[in-house]
Amino acid sequence: MGHELRIRIKTLVMILAMVVCANAGDLMLKRGMTQIGAVEISAAGLRHAFASTVTNGTIWIGIVFLVGFMVSYMTVLSWADYSYVMPAGAFGYALLTLLAVVFLHENVSPRRWVGVALICIGVLLVGQTRPRTTEVMAREVAA
Amino acid sequence: MMRVALLLAVLIVGSTGGEIAITHGMKSTGEPSRLRPRELLAFLARALRSGWFWVGVPLMALSFYSLLVLLSWEPISFVIPASALSYVVGTLGAKYILREDVSPARWIGVVLVCAGVALVAAG
Repeated sequence: MGHELRIRIKTLVMILAMVVCANAGDLMLKRGMTQIGAVEISAAGLRHAFASTVTNGTIWIGIVFLVGFMVSYMTVLSWADYSYVMPAGAFGYALLTLLAVVFLHENVSPRRWVGVALICIGVLLVGQTRPRTTEVMAREVAA
Repeated sequence: MMRVALLLAVLIVGSTGGEIAITHGMKSTGEPSRLRPRELLAFLARALRSGWFWVGVPLMALSFYSLLVLLSWEPISFVIPASALSYVVGTLGAKYILREDVSPARWIGVVLVCAGVALVAAG
């Protein structure tokens, strides 16, 4: 497999991992906080909210996904351009809309569909460019 | 209006500045030789020792708190579309600070993504 193709494939895999982890993490946090209920802004309310969040399994699953997002983000930026990863990550917004339509049967406004289409075209355009345009400046990792 | 514009600027400069610092830190850390748990852990240990990473974290925290304050002043359907400007600001930073080669195709893609995210977030 060519060097360029290999970089392209591993970059796309990491960006996909980023998008999936970020969306799954947000979803789990939302689900966990719904289980806990609205937080009351008072000393006792905040203490209760803190105690319920750190003992809530769903919240912890959410946190694990968000750590997974951060790790894949840092890893992909160790070789790929910031100006490649950042717009490509916006694919998550389009994915979220599609999931909301397919699984939650949400109604989506025409304006939002136009937005989804623009994101998809934009990500495809960025995706065609070379993932890395700068010189390798760091030492290769000692095996 | 003035304070909203100012805080929006802090939000955008904070998040893109933080991400640019982290990108610089990760590039100087060097990529993991293989994408296996052992090599990834070694990569993370080196990455967390990078000074630029710790420049990026407070900038991103600053941007997060500006987002919270902005959301308390303005509706979310204004705040999130407006913060989509960070795609364009981030690309300018990538070109002039990180010296990445932003081709015309990449620029057009970024502008489309920025407009698309603004439309999706506006509902």
